[in-house]
Parts: sequence; C-alpha cells; structure tokens
Amino acid sequence: MSIELADVENIAHLARLHLSDAEKQEAAKSMSNILGLIDQMQSVDTANVEPLAHAFDAVQRLREDVVTETDHRDELQEIAPETEDGLFLVPKVIE
Amino acid sequence: MIDSGLAQISRALADGKVSSTELTQDYLKRIATENGDLNAYITVCEELALSQAKAADERRSKGEAGAFTGIPIAHKDLFCTQGIRTSCGSRMLDNFIAPYNASVVERFNAAGAVTLGKTNMDEFAMGSSNETSFYGPVKNPWDRSRVPGGSSGGSAAAVAARLCAGATATDTGGSIRQPASFTNITGLKPTYGRISRWGMVAFASSLDQAGTMTQSAEDAALMLNVMAGLDTRDSTSSDVPVENYSATLDRPLDGLKIGIPVQHFSEGLEPAVEQAIRDAIAEYEKMGATVKEVSLDNSHLSVSAYYVIAPAEASANLSRYDGVRYGYRCANPVDLEDMYKRTRSEGFGAEVKRRIMVGTYALSAGYYDAYYIKAQKIRRLIKNDFQKAFGEVDVIMGPTSPHTAFPIGSKNDDPVKMYLEDIYTIAVNLAGLPGISVPAGMVNGLPVGLQIVGRDFAEAQLLNVAHKFQQITDWHTQAPGK
Amino acid sequence: MEWETVIGLEVHVQLSTASKLFSGTSTEFGAAPNTQASIYDLAMPGTLPVLNKEALKMAVKFGLAIDAEIGRMSIFDRKNYFYPDLPKGYQTSQLDHPTVGKGKLVIDMEDGTQKTIGVTRAHMEEDAGKSLHEDFHGKSGIDLNRAGTPLLEIVSEPDLRSAKEAVAYLKKLHSIILYLGISDGDMSQGSMRCDANVSIRPKGATEYGTRTELKNINSFRFVEKAINIEVERQIDIIEDGGRIIQETRLYDSDRNETRSMRSKEVANDYRYFPEPDLLPVVIDDAFIEAVRQTLPELPDVKKARFQEQYGLSEYDAMVLSSDLATADYFEAVTEASGDAKLSANWVMGDLQAVLNTSELPIANSPVSARALAGLITRIKDDTISSKIAKTVFEAMVAGEGDADSIIESKGLKQVTDTGAIEKLVDDVIAGNPAQVQQFKEGKEQVIGFFVGQVMKASQGKANPGQVNRMLKEKLAK
Repeated sequence: MSIELADVENIAHLARLHLSDAEKQEAAKSMSNILGLIDQMQSVDTANVEPLAHAFDAVQRLREDVVTETDHRDELQEIAPETEDGLFLVPKVIE
Repeated sequence: MIDSGLAQISRALADGKVSSTELTQDYLKRIATENGDLNAYITVCEELALSQAKAADERRSKGEAGAFTGIPIAHKDLFCTQGIRTSCGSRMLDNFIAPYNASVVERFNAAGAVTLGKTNMDEFAMGSSNETSFYGPVKNPWDRSRVPGGSSGGSAAAVAARLCAGATATDTGGSIRQPASFTNITGLKPTYGRISRWGMVAFASSLDQAGTMTQSAEDAALMLNVMAGLDTRDSTSSDVPVENYSATLDRPLDGLKIGIPVQHFSEGLEPAVEQAIRDAIAEYEKMGATVKEVSLDNSHLSVSAYYVIAPAEASANLSRYDGVRYGYRCANPVDLEDMYKRTRSEGFGAEVKRRIMVGTYALSAGYYDAYYIKAQKIRRLIKNDFQKAFGEVDVIMGPTSPHTAFPIGSKNDDPVKMYLEDIYTIAVNLAGLPGISVPAGMVNGLPVGLQIVGRDFAEAQLLNVAHKFQQITDWHTQAPGK
Repeated sequence: MEWETVIGLEVHVQLSTASKLFSGTSTEFGAAPNTQASIYDLAMPGTLPVLNKEALKMAVKFGLAIDAEIGRMSIFDRKNYFYPDLPKGYQTSQLDHPTVGKGKLVIDMEDGTQKTIGVTRAHMEEDAGKSLHEDFHGKSGIDLNRAGTPLLEIVSEPDLRSAKEAVAYLKKLHSIILYLGISDGDMSQGSMRCDANVSIRPKGATEYGTRTELKNINSFRFVEKAINIEVERQIDIIEDGGRIIQETRLYDSDRNETRSMRSKEVANDYRYFPEPDLLPVVIDDAFIEAVRQTLPELPDVKKARFQEQYGLSEYDAMVLSSDLATADYFEAVTEASGDAKLSANWVMGDLQAVLNTSELPIANSPVSARALAGLITRIKDDTISSKIAKTVFEAMVAGEGDADSIIESKGLKQVTDTGAIEKLVDDVIAGNPAQVQQFKEGKEQVIGFFVGQVMKASQGKANPGQVNRMLKEKLAK
C-alpha cells in the first residue's frame, strides 16, 4: 500500500506537524514501507474475532466525588512558556 | 563494592560493611568518568543523591532501615521526578522540570533508595537502539561501536557498566528485554497493570509497563517488591495481590514444563544465537524441567499489529505537547497554527514524528476498521495463542533477540528493519504477559539473552525460573571490560 | 410551497459534582484563573484519569428519569483535535457505547396538548477550558479551571417541528434536571448549553433536508429567535433556487442573525478510538436500583398528583409543578392552611408578582410558606376579607411581621358582628333615600353603591358577604 503526498499533507495537518517538501517525500516513502508491514495483517481472516482493547477483563474503578486537589497555580506555571495574570498565553485564537 | 549486585549491596549496607554515602560517592565518581563516553545518563542528580544517601545512613543508624534503604539506583528519564528534569529523551521536554513524582519514584523514595540520575532512552520510548534520543546515542559497554538496545538503552548501559546498582525502565514492545539481552543484564517486564503507570510518561497506554534492569533475578525481585502493587490513581493498575518475590526464588524446578515456540526458532534467527539459546534451555532440562515445542500461530503478525496500535495510541498521547502549558515552544510563533506546527516539528525527532503520522493515519476516517480494529483483532488471536500454549506448558522460552547488538547507525535506512528487532518480544506486550530476559551466552564477545515468558501475574514463577538458571550458570556475573 | 421545520437539540448539561469527571479538582464556579487546574487538568505528562462515581450516578439518574435504556457496559473514547482550551489534544467522551441510550420526554405545548419527543442518547464527557481574547495584546489567555468538568450531552431525536416545540423541550429538560438536582441548568452561566440542528423540507416529505448546527444560544428566548431566523434564512435560500450548506453557524443575538463559523467548516476528522487509560464502565442491577431510589417525584407525575390530590386545574398544576421549589412551597402552604385553591391562587398570583418584580427565586421569598399559610387561614376564618388580605400581604413582604401581628397593629380585623354591621347598613340606607328609590324601581345594580358606602363607613373592615346579604334583606322589605 503506498501513500500519496496529498495524504501525507493531510495527516501532517491533522497531527499539527510541519514537514518540508523533502520531509514529505521521505515521509511518503517510509510510511509506505511501514504500511507494507502493517498490511500483512490482512493475510488472516478475523471476521469472527472480537477486538481486544485491554489485556485483561478488568472493569473501571470509580472515584469518590471529593475535592482532593488544591491550588498549585504558581508552582505549575513556573514551567509554562508564557503566562499573564494566571492565564496561559497563546497566539490569538480566531473563532 | 559498586560492582556488586543489588542484593549483595543490600546485605553489605545491613551489615555495616559500607555506607550509602560511600556507595553513592563511588558511583558518582565512576559516572563522572564513564558517562561522557557511554552517555547512559541524561541527568546526574549529585546533590539529591548525596542528601538521600545521608538520610538513608541516618535511618540506618536509628535502626529504621529496610531492604532497599540507601541503595543507589537510576530512573529511566520517562519517570517523572519532582524538581528534576524529566526529558523522555526529547527536545520537547528538555526544559520540563516535573512538578510531581511518578508512583514508581514515590515508592523508591519511601523505601529510602538513592536517585543517582535519569537515564537516556529512545525519544518518548520509541526505538530499539537508543539512537533516537535528543541527547545522542548510548553506547553498549560491551562494544562501544554498538547499540545497547532500546528504548531503555541508558538504564541497560548504566547497570551493565556498574554505574548504578539497578535501574527502572519501561517496556512497550521489548524496551527492557531487548537492551537487557544486548548488555548482559537481567531485564524484567512484569504483567501489564502490575506496576502503576502514574507519572510514567505515556507512549502506548495499553502496552506500556514499568520494569527492572538489574544484574540478576535476585536483584530484580528486590526491586519488584518495591514497585509492584495497586495504585488507584491509575485506572489500569491491577488489584491482584502482590507477593514477596524474593521468598520463592529458590523453589526447585522439577516438573517445570517449558514450551519453545517453533516460530521463534525459524529464519532470521542467527545460528550462533540459536545455539546459545538451545544450550541454555538444555541447562533447564538438567534441573528437571521438560521441554516441548509449542506453536504461537499468529506470532508473525505481532509486529504488524503492534505498529498500528502503539503509534495510534502514541499519536493521541503526544498531542498534549503543543507548547501551551509546559515544554518546548518554538520561537516567535506568528499564529496558533504556526505555534503548534513548528513547536511539534522542532520539538519531536524524526522517529517520533513518523510514528505520530502512522498512528494518525491508522485512526483516520476510512482506515480505522482496516487498521486499528484489525490490529485489535490480531491482538486477541495472539493472546489466545498464549492461552492455548499455557494450557500445555508453564513458561515459554526462546531468544530475546534474533541477533546480538548491532553497530550504531546500521539500521537507520529503513524503519521497518528496526521494528523487526522486537519480533520475539512484541507479542508478550500485546498479550499483557510478564517476560524476562536473562544473560544466556556470548557470541563473538557479545551477550545473548534468553527470554522467559509466563502466565499473567506469574512474576514470582518467572523470577524463580530465572534465578535457578543463574545459580547454575555464570553468564550474568560477567561484566564488560574497558 | 409549505415548509416543515425539523429540529434536533443537543444540550450539554454541566453536572453539579464537587470534583471533575476524571480528577479530584474542584468544579466551583468563579475561581481565579487556573487555580482549579491540577496536573491532570493541565495534561502534564504521566497523568491519568479515574472516573467520578457521582457523575456516573447522575448520568444514570437522568437516564432513569427519561425512561431510557441504561448502558450496562459503557466505554469512553478519545475525540482528537487541537485547540488551546483542550489540554490533552483530545476530549475524553463516549461514542458508540454511551451510558444512557434511547429515552423520551413529554413536552407541554401552549395549547395544552402534549407531545412525546425522543431522546437518542446521553453521554458523559469532559468540558474544555476557556479562552479569553481581550486584554492580551494580540494574544489569547487560556483558563483551564473549567477543563475536565463533567458534562452530560443529551441528544434529542429530530422530532421537534417548531421553535416553540424546541423551547418547550428545553424547558421540560431544564425542569427535570433541576428536579433531579444534577445541575443548576443555568443557560446564562453556561451550565446548560444548547445547540440546535435545523433543517427544512417540503411538508409531507420523508427525507430530511440539509441541516445546519446553531451554536452560541444562551437563553430560552434566543433559542426561539435563533431557530426562527435560521428557518427563514433556509427558506429564502431554497426558494431562490440555492442549496443549504451543511455547516455550523453562530447565533448573534444583537443582530438576530446566524453567521457561518469559518473555522469549523473544514471537516474535522476526530479519529475516535477507545480510551486506553480507562476500562469499560460496568454497572449492575444493584447500582441502578440504588440510583432509582434517589429519584424524586418527577414533574409530570407531580402535576397529575396536584390535579388529583388538590383538585387543581391542569394549567395551575402545570405552573406549580414546573419548578420543584415552587411545588414544594405550594404544598407547604396548602398543608398549613388546608386550602389548596386559595394557596394556588396566592402562590401563582400575588407571591409570584412580588418575586418577579424583585427578581427573586422562591427560595429567597420574603414571605415564607408558613407565613403565607397564616394569611390564608385568616381569610378562611373571616378575620379579614380577601381585599384586606392584599394590604396585609404587602406589609408582610415589607417585613412588617406576620399576618396576625399586622392585622392587630393596623386594626384590620374584619367587622363581622351582625349588630355592628346592621347599624352601618341602617345608617347608609337611611342616608341615601334616592338610591333606595332606584333600587325599588328595579335598578338592582345600585346595591353596589350601598355596599361601597357601608365598606367606606367601616373603613373596609365590614365583611362584604354579610353586608351584601343584609342590604338585600333590608332593601327587599
């Protein structure tokens, strides 16, 4: 299965990755190789097989509805790229 | 003393033969000398280590020391360590000072361990050679022109080169077992859910598991005793009761039924490696075990299924790295899209970007059923294969890797070549089972690892089986010369 | 061409749990930015979700209230997209296996009829944070306090056929949610949000037309206006020969128009897949039964009971049962006063007028249920007339005391003493011979004049009923 440049561009956008033209070519090539590996899966019939999402049959534990976290804003924002008045700053979001 | 294994060091500390401070200073000295070349550590925590060592010695003088008090270890740089850089081998987190401790780290701190530093790794745990790290490749202490394996190459090299008494690591498709086999140490990946993933930076959530890198199974048991157990902060953490893994190491192996998968002894396996493995398995027969062939019918599809599931989960797990709240942000973004794209393209290395792309593709509209769902179905077939085999045998043995450590740079032209490195280990992660790699021989001076796989939550049995081998062989005692 | 409107509503309800859906962070409204944002809410590396039991209970409670199938095994999924108020780069939601399946609710139309509207499903998901666009010199400020708050997304079948039906559906949904106590359902604060899917088709057609999704509607009134203006827009386009583009449109309440949201036009591939950090949520009969035990009497049941138990009209029963606090207030007044009809009139009339003027919820009523019952009791036992009661009520609202003390201090006790009334009546009859003559000549309505005069002479305190009877008696002679 080979992948087209248009697909590479679409995927890169969905993943918010910027690829140069050279990188796009390389990505198309390596992804095609990888898809070749993955396509081997189609060699076996799995029509009557249930997907396995979790290794074991455990079920979700529930947490009591109590507040356990306290305000650590200053500490946590020390490592933030840009903040002001307690807010995280980003380039303007256009709705 | 610092060439000794964990168990020995623990005894020496208990007997007062050495102090934690002395040990720590010796390790730090050796790290200062060796790490420049080996590049096993990304961050060395000199100040923290010495203060923890001091505290440990004080605890001991008060008679309050436990089995792990004062033992210097290293943590793979995938575990969050509060106040200390946690980089995951990536430029994206090069400036990330973790605001909290991972569960694994909390447990070792509570046990009084000493943190020597954070070990190097393939970026975000994606790799089988420790060549994708932002901080440069790690060298195999056995032959510095070769890789130590990955992604936990730093932890493996650190233990192999005696730069720590033991190290934590993680395994998603073989990232503990394969480097252990390349560096002549014992690497244990427990059952999925045995050890909490809280604070362990996610790569592929349904496959990731923390584990141990040590000189021996006896040492691994000591570490597992600290690490294993329920953590309700991790919804996938298991409540299966924890055992004392050291207590059953010596059980005799009479009647042990060993299965060897026919698929793991076929083409692609280097003949000399095969011979070493067969010789190792013969040792088990001497101990009273019986060996039979088993079949893991869908083994040949494990790498394919893995390279859909792992990248798919990773593509979502790595979406949080966007330059907004922490981590790398590109310089002077012109708008939001530019910030996202340049931050992520500059922050991530090539292999990570490649896997994000593959994962995004596999989940995208039109491909989800053919790729993601198909892979989950193959996953069930693989788990069924193991269940069937474990109906006939108690443990499954085979080579950890098809060959010994390869030269740095030799597998970088085609990612698929690298992916096939994990051909014997990946299925174990897909099925959530425990697996261990133990030193089992040498081929041209390079280590060979024997992989032993057990039923779920059978870590005690695995460690017992590994330990008995280490009682009658001395492969694991060998250390690399300079 | 006659057009039929087809509307489906997607309502997001913020559940009033103490902590967030997957983390133990407070959900309290109004905190300073990012002071309620834990390492999980900030999507720090290595953090993991654990499901809030109360949120699950609330979702199940809602499902039971709308007679819905409850998902015995529900799954959370990741919905992937990039936005600064979405810290993980994915929202943890539910796609194919929601906690609540098909249900229904009955809406009350203006003409008194009822209509059943199907609910397709309701599922739990995390709320996103907030972006602030002013004051940051060309940048946006992100506040993640709200990120991770539990939402219940309730999707209706496209069974609604007019803006008014849509409003009725929303009002009933709102009423149920408040009855259940699972949210404060405040559209102006964003704890209840409504998106409307609107399309038109020729009347009698069976296929659906292309629909648009309307967002940014934050009141019941705007729901009606937004839908109506959008329907108009769609009709205009089609009648002009154009086609409707499937898109998301923002409602602008200032201009009363809808506008295309350019950024959302690009089709988003959300790449949903099951959340690997969470396990399947399995609930058993015991869990569901325990939740069922906490269900209150629901609005429709209460309304029927009010009609039967208190003999109220359907309209009165509907008004009084639409708000739980009002219903409880009414019942308290009735129990203490023994008169359901009077209680209903006073609660819906005089009391509601006061509450409306001062914009108070009934919970903050200046007159308690017990106090109002006291007033009604004095009407019933003839201590005061209904007319005087209004004066007393005014004084009660002003905080001058309870009915008895006001009646006492203002000397408002009704005069019922027959002798006293007779004297007044005799005086008025004697003093107005012309009107007596008019009465005898057959002008019966002049009795009103006499009543007025007696009331005036008694400063309003004479019992009007007695006055009337006595006048008729004496004038008949």
